[in-house]
Amino acid sequence: MHSTPDQTVSLRDLRGRPVILAFYPADWSPVCGDQMALYNEILPEFQRFGAELLGISVDGVWCHLAFAQNRRLHFPLLADFEPKGAVARRYGVYREGDGTSERALFVLDADGIVRWSYVSPIGVNPGADGILRALEALATPRGRG
Amino acid sequence: MSRQRDAAVLALPVGERDHAHGPANAPVTLVEYGDFECPHCRRAYPIVKEVQNRLGPRLRFVFRNFPLTELHPHAQHAAEVAEAAGAQGRFWDMHDRLFERQFALADDNLIEYATDLGLDAARVARELATHTYKAKVRDDFMSGVRSGVNGTPTFFINGERHDQAWDVEPLAVAVEDAARHS
Repeated sequence: MHSTPDQTVSLRDLRGRPVILAFYPADWSPVCGDQMALYNEILPEFQRFGAELLGISVDGVWCHLAFAQNRRLHFPLLADFEPKGAVARRYGVYREGDGTSERALFVLDADGIVRWSYVSPIGVNPGADGILRALEALATPRGRG
Repeated sequence: MSRQRDAAVLALPVGERDHAHGPANAPVTLVEYGDFECPHCRRAYPIVKEVQNRLGPRLRFVFRNFPLTELHPHAQHAAEVAEAAGAQGRFWDMHDRLFERQFALADDNLIEYATDLGLDAARVARELATHTYKAKVRDDFMSGVRSGVNGTPTFFINGERHDQAWDVEPLAVAVEDAARHS
Protein backbone atom coordinates (compact mmCIF):
# COMPACT_ATOMS: atom_id res chain seq x y z
CA MET A 1 0.00 0.00 0.00
CA HIS A 2 1.03 3.60 -0.54
CA SER A 3 3.03 5.42 2.13
CA THR A 4 3.93 8.45 0.02
CA PRO A 5 2.79 9.38 -3.50
CA ASP A 6 5.67 7.38 -4.99
CA GLN A 7 6.45 4.76 -2.34
CA THR A 8 4.71 1.62 -1.24
CA VAL A 9 5.12 -0.57 1.83
CA SER A 10 4.31 -4.25 2.11
CA LEU A 11 4.03 -5.87 5.51
CA ARG A 12 5.90 -8.83 4.08
CA ASP A 13 8.95 -6.61 3.60
CA LEU A 14 8.98 -5.91 7.32
CA ARG A 15 9.32 -9.53 8.45
CA GLY A 16 12.19 -10.06 10.84
CA ARG A 17 11.23 -7.37 13.32
CA PRO A 18 8.13 -6.41 15.28
CA VAL A 19 5.62 -4.14 13.58
CA ILE A 20 3.17 -1.80 15.27
CA LEU A 21 0.13 -1.18 13.11
CA ALA A 22 -1.84 1.81 14.40
CA PHE A 23 -5.22 2.30 12.70
CA TYR A 24 -6.77 5.70 13.38
CA PRO A 25 -9.93 7.32 12.03
CA ALA A 26 -8.53 10.33 10.20
CA ASP A 27 -5.70 12.81 9.78
CA TRP A 28 -6.12 16.28 11.28
CA SER A 29 -7.88 15.58 14.55
CA PRO A 30 -7.97 18.97 16.27
CA VAL A 31 -5.90 18.31 19.39
CA CYS A 32 -2.27 18.65 20.42
CA GLY A 33 -0.57 15.42 21.08
CA ASP A 34 -3.09 13.48 19.07
CA GLN A 35 -2.39 9.79 18.72
CA MET A 36 0.13 10.04 15.87
CA ALA A 37 1.92 13.04 17.40
CA LEU A 38 2.19 11.13 20.67
CA TYR A 39 3.68 8.09 18.95
CA ASN A 40 6.09 10.40 17.14
CA GLU A 41 7.43 11.51 20.53
CA ILE A 42 7.69 7.93 21.76
CA LEU A 43 9.30 6.61 18.58
CA PRO A 44 12.74 6.16 20.18
CA GLU A 45 11.18 3.82 22.76
CA PHE A 46 9.60 1.68 20.02
CA GLN A 47 12.92 1.64 18.19
CA ARG A 48 14.65 0.24 21.28
CA PHE A 49 12.69 -2.94 20.56
CA GLY A 50 13.67 -2.77 16.88
CA ALA A 51 10.01 -2.23 16.08
CA GLU A 52 8.64 -0.51 13.01
CA LEU A 53 5.66 1.82 13.53
CA LEU A 54 3.10 2.30 10.79
CA GLY A 55 0.12 4.63 11.06
CA ILE A 56 -2.83 3.75 8.83
CA SER A 57 -6.08 5.48 7.94
CA VAL A 58 -8.40 5.78 4.96
CA ASP A 59 -6.96 9.19 4.07
CA GLY A 60 -5.19 9.47 0.72
CA VAL A 61 -1.46 9.90 0.21
CA TRP A 62 -1.56 13.66 -0.38
CA CYS A 63 -3.53 14.20 2.79
CA HIS A 64 -1.09 11.99 4.71
CA LEU A 65 1.84 13.90 3.23
CA ALA A 66 0.50 17.27 4.39
CA PHE A 67 -0.44 15.86 7.81
CA ALA A 68 2.95 14.19 8.31
CA GLN A 69 4.78 17.38 7.34
CA ASN A 70 2.62 19.53 9.57
CA ARG A 71 3.12 17.26 12.60
CA ARG A 72 6.74 16.47 11.68
CA LEU A 73 6.07 12.75 11.86
CA HIS A 74 9.11 10.50 11.53
CA PHE A 75 7.30 7.29 10.60
CA PRO A 76 5.19 6.26 7.60
CA LEU A 77 1.45 6.79 7.29
CA LEU A 78 -0.22 4.24 5.05
CA ALA A 79 -3.17 5.11 2.84
CA ASP A 80 -5.96 2.52 3.12
CA PHE A 81 -7.63 4.47 0.35
CA GLU A 82 -8.22 2.26 -2.69
CA PRO A 83 -10.08 0.03 -2.34
CA LYS A 84 -11.17 2.07 0.63
CA GLY A 85 -10.66 0.45 3.99
CA ALA A 86 -9.57 -2.90 2.51
CA VAL A 87 -6.79 -3.39 5.05
CA ALA A 88 -8.98 -2.26 7.95
CA ARG A 89 -11.63 -4.79 6.85
CA ARG A 90 -9.03 -7.54 6.74
CA TYR A 91 -8.11 -6.74 10.34
CA GLY A 92 -11.76 -6.50 11.30
CA VAL A 93 -11.62 -2.85 12.29
CA TYR A 94 -13.59 -1.01 9.58
CA ARG A 95 -16.58 1.09 10.66
CA GLU A 96 -19.15 0.80 7.90
CA GLY A 97 -21.37 3.70 8.90
CA ASP A 98 -18.50 6.12 9.40
CA GLY A 99 -16.34 5.10 6.48
CA THR A 100 -13.24 5.09 8.69
CA SER A 101 -11.33 2.51 10.66
CA GLU A 102 -11.57 2.00 14.38
CA ARG A 103 -8.85 3.36 16.62
CA ALA A 104 -7.10 -0.01 16.77
CA LEU A 105 -3.61 -1.21 17.59
CA PHE A 106 -1.91 -4.39 16.44
CA VAL A 107 1.54 -5.60 17.40
CA LEU A 108 2.95 -8.18 14.97
CA ASP A 109 5.94 -10.32 15.78
CA ALA A 110 8.95 -10.86 13.53
CA ASP A 111 7.04 -13.57 11.64
CA GLY A 112 4.13 -11.26 10.89
CA ILE A 113 1.81 -12.93 13.44
CA VAL A 114 -0.51 -10.65 15.40
CA ARG A 115 0.53 -11.06 19.02
CA TRP A 116 -1.46 -8.25 20.65
CA SER A 117 -4.32 -6.04 19.62
CA TYR A 118 -6.57 -3.47 21.15
CA VAL A 119 -9.59 -1.56 19.89
CA SER A 120 -10.06 1.71 21.72
CA PRO A 121 -13.34 3.58 22.09
CA ILE A 122 -13.32 5.79 18.98
CA GLY A 123 -13.02 9.04 20.95
CA VAL A 124 -10.29 7.82 23.28
CA ASN A 125 -6.66 7.92 22.22
CA PRO A 126 -5.29 4.64 23.61
CA GLY A 127 -1.84 5.98 24.45
CA ALA A 128 1.23 3.79 24.12
CA ASP A 129 1.48 1.81 27.34
CA GLY A 130 -0.21 -1.27 25.88
CA ILE A 131 2.11 -1.26 22.86
CA LEU A 132 5.20 -1.07 25.05
CA ARG A 133 3.97 -3.94 27.24
CA ALA A 134 3.32 -6.04 24.13
CA LEU A 135 6.80 -5.30 22.76
CA GLU A 136 8.30 -6.27 26.11
CA ALA A 137 6.37 -9.55 26.07
CA LEU A 138 7.72 -10.26 22.57
CA ALA A 139 11.25 -9.56 23.75
CA THR A 140 11.00 -12.12 26.57
CA PRO A 141 11.56 -15.83 25.85
CA ARG A 142 8.94 -17.62 23.79
CA GLY A 143 6.07 -19.64 25.16
CA ARG A 144 4.76 -16.83 27.32
CA GLY A 145 3.40 -14.48 24.63
CA MET B 1 -2.95 -13.42 21.27
CA SER B 2 -4.14 -11.04 23.91
CA ARG B 3 -6.86 -8.46 23.53
CA GLN B 4 -6.59 -7.40 27.12
CA ARG B 5 -5.38 -4.06 28.23
CA ASP B 6 -5.14 -2.88 31.81
CA ALA B 7 -7.08 0.23 32.75
CA ALA B 8 -4.99 3.38 32.43
CA VAL B 9 -3.59 3.91 35.89
CA LEU B 10 -0.71 5.94 37.19
CA ALA B 11 2.36 3.74 36.80
CA LEU B 12 4.60 5.85 39.03
CA PRO B 13 3.01 6.69 42.40
CA VAL B 14 3.25 10.26 43.63
CA GLY B 15 6.32 10.62 45.80
CA GLU B 16 9.26 12.67 46.94
CA ARG B 17 10.40 13.39 43.38
CA ASP B 18 7.16 15.21 42.57
CA HIS B 19 6.10 18.80 42.82
CA ALA B 20 2.95 18.72 44.92
CA HIS B 21 0.65 21.52 46.02
CA GLY B 22 -1.62 20.67 48.95
CA PRO B 23 -1.39 18.29 51.89
CA ALA B 24 0.16 14.84 51.43
CA ASN B 25 -2.77 13.30 53.32
CA ALA B 26 -5.45 15.00 51.20
CA PRO B 27 -8.22 12.55 50.21
CA VAL B 28 -7.74 13.37 46.53
CA THR B 29 -4.57 13.63 44.49
CA LEU B 30 -4.93 15.16 41.03
CA VAL B 31 -1.95 14.57 38.76
CA GLU B 32 -1.57 16.53 35.52
CA TYR B 33 0.81 15.55 32.76
CA GLY B 34 1.34 18.80 30.93
CA ASP B 35 3.41 20.81 28.50
CA PHE B 36 4.10 24.51 29.13
CA GLU B 37 3.77 25.33 25.44
CA CYS B 38 0.54 23.39 24.87
CA PRO B 39 -2.47 25.69 24.39
CA HIS B 40 -4.81 23.13 25.93
CA CYS B 41 -2.67 23.01 29.07
CA ARG B 42 -2.77 26.80 29.11
CA ARG B 43 -6.55 26.58 29.05
CA ALA B 44 -6.50 23.97 31.82
CA TYR B 45 -4.30 26.14 34.06
CA PRO B 46 -7.03 28.44 35.50
CA ILE B 47 -9.44 25.50 35.58
CA VAL B 48 -7.13 23.56 37.88
CA LYS B 49 -6.74 26.70 40.02
CA GLU B 50 -10.53 26.92 40.34
CA VAL B 51 -10.77 23.25 41.33
CA GLN B 52 -7.98 23.80 43.88
CA ASN B 53 -9.91 26.76 45.31
CA ARG B 54 -13.08 24.73 45.63
CA LEU B 55 -11.48 21.70 47.25
CA GLY B 56 -9.01 23.57 49.45
CA PRO B 57 -7.00 21.24 51.70
CA ARG B 58 -8.92 18.20 50.47
CA LEU B 59 -6.90 18.30 47.24
CA ARG B 60 -3.26 17.68 46.46
CA PHE B 61 -2.23 18.73 42.95
CA VAL B 62 0.85 17.32 41.22
CA PHE B 63 2.30 18.52 37.92
CA ARG B 64 4.52 16.26 35.82
CA ASN B 65 6.24 17.22 32.59
CA PHE B 66 5.07 15.81 29.29
CA PRO B 67 6.73 18.05 26.68
CA LEU B 68 5.70 17.29 23.09
CA THR B 69 8.97 18.48 21.68
CA GLU B 70 8.22 17.76 18.03
CA LEU B 71 5.17 20.02 18.18
CA HIS B 72 6.39 22.61 20.66
CA PRO B 73 9.97 23.79 20.17
CA HIS B 74 10.21 25.56 23.55
CA ALA B 75 8.49 22.95 25.69
CA GLN B 76 11.58 21.01 26.73
CA HIS B 77 13.55 24.05 27.90
CA ALA B 78 10.49 25.45 29.66
CA ALA B 79 10.13 22.16 31.54
CA GLU B 80 13.82 22.17 32.50
CA VAL B 81 13.56 25.75 33.78
CA ALA B 82 10.51 24.86 35.85
CA GLU B 83 12.58 22.07 37.40
CA ALA B 84 15.47 24.49 37.94
CA ALA B 85 13.08 26.82 39.75
CA GLY B 86 11.89 23.80 41.73
CA ALA B 87 15.46 23.17 42.85
CA GLN B 88 15.31 26.64 44.39
CA GLY B 89 11.95 25.88 46.00
CA ARG B 90 9.90 27.91 43.51
CA PHE B 91 8.46 25.37 41.09
CA TRP B 92 4.88 26.61 41.34
CA ASP B 93 5.78 30.25 40.81
CA MET B 94 7.59 29.32 37.61
CA HIS B 95 4.81 26.93 36.58
CA ASP B 96 2.31 29.79 36.84
CA ARG B 97 4.59 32.28 35.10
CA LEU B 98 5.22 29.95 32.16
CA PHE B 99 1.52 29.39 31.54
CA GLU B 100 0.75 33.10 31.92
CA ARG B 101 3.54 33.99 29.48
CA GLN B 102 3.12 31.04 27.15
CA PHE B 103 3.50 33.32 24.11
CA ALA B 104 7.12 34.08 25.11
CA LEU B 105 9.11 30.97 26.01
CA ALA B 106 12.45 31.51 24.28
CA ASP B 107 15.53 30.83 26.42
CA ASP B 108 16.03 34.59 27.07
CA ASN B 109 12.45 34.84 28.30
CA LEU B 110 12.88 31.85 30.59
CA ILE B 111 15.93 33.39 32.26
CA GLU B 112 14.13 36.73 32.51
CA TYR B 113 11.31 35.00 34.43
CA ALA B 114 13.86 33.47 36.79
CA THR B 115 15.19 36.99 37.46
CA ASP B 116 11.67 38.41 37.88
CA LEU B 117 10.86 35.74 40.45
CA GLY B 118 13.95 36.61 42.45
CA LEU B 119 15.69 33.31 41.72
CA ASP B 120 19.42 32.83 41.28
CA ALA B 121 19.05 33.36 37.52
CA ALA B 122 22.71 32.63 36.78
CA ARG B 123 22.25 29.19 38.32
CA VAL B 124 19.05 28.62 36.31
CA ALA B 125 20.89 29.64 33.11
CA ARG B 126 23.77 27.31 33.95
CA GLU B 127 21.45 24.40 34.72
CA LEU B 128 19.56 25.00 31.49
CA ALA B 129 22.78 25.14 29.46
CA THR B 130 24.05 21.90 30.96
CA HIS B 131 20.61 20.25 30.93
CA THR B 132 20.78 19.37 34.60
CA TYR B 133 17.09 18.40 34.67
CA LYS B 134 16.79 16.77 31.27
CA ALA B 135 16.74 13.28 32.78
CA LYS B 136 14.12 14.29 35.35
CA VAL B 137 11.88 15.66 32.59
CA ARG B 138 12.41 12.47 30.58
CA ASP B 139 11.53 10.35 33.62
CA ASP B 140 8.32 12.33 33.99
CA PHE B 141 7.58 11.82 30.30
CA MET B 142 8.21 8.08 30.36
CA SER B 143 6.17 7.63 33.53
CA GLY B 144 3.37 9.29 31.59
CA VAL B 145 3.80 7.02 28.60
CA ARG B 146 3.70 4.00 30.92
CA SER B 147 0.56 5.34 32.57
CA GLY B 148 -1.37 5.74 29.33
CA VAL B 149 -1.00 9.49 28.92
CA ASN B 150 -2.61 10.14 25.56
CA GLY B 151 -2.10 13.83 24.93
CA THR B 152 -1.73 16.98 26.93
CA PRO B 153 -3.11 17.65 29.37
CA THR B 154 -3.89 14.21 30.79
CA PHE B 155 -5.24 14.06 34.33
CA PHE B 156 -5.21 11.23 36.86
CA ILE B 157 -7.54 11.35 39.85
CA ASN B 158 -6.33 9.15 42.70
CA GLY B 159 -4.29 7.23 40.16
CA GLU B 160 -6.97 6.65 37.53
CA ARG B 161 -6.91 8.37 34.15
CA HIS B 162 -9.69 10.93 33.81
CA ASP B 163 -11.10 10.32 30.32
CA GLN B 164 -13.97 12.80 30.60
CA ALA B 165 -13.90 16.50 29.77
CA TRP B 166 -11.82 18.70 32.03
CA ASP B 167 -13.79 21.93 32.06
CA VAL B 168 -14.34 23.22 35.59
CA GLU B 169 -17.59 21.33 36.26
CA PRO B 170 -16.72 17.84 35.05
CA LEU B 171 -13.26 18.03 36.63
CA ALA B 172 -14.53 19.44 39.94
CA VAL B 173 -17.34 16.88 40.05
CA ALA B 174 -14.93 14.00 39.38
CA VAL B 175 -12.53 15.24 42.04
CA GLU B 176 -15.36 15.78 44.58
CA ASP B 177 -16.59 12.29 43.80
CA ALA B 178 -13.15 10.83 44.47
CA ALA B 179 -12.97 12.79 47.74
CA ARG B 180 -16.26 11.29 48.91
CA HIS B 181 -15.24 7.75 48.04
CA SER B 182 -11.75 7.80 49.45
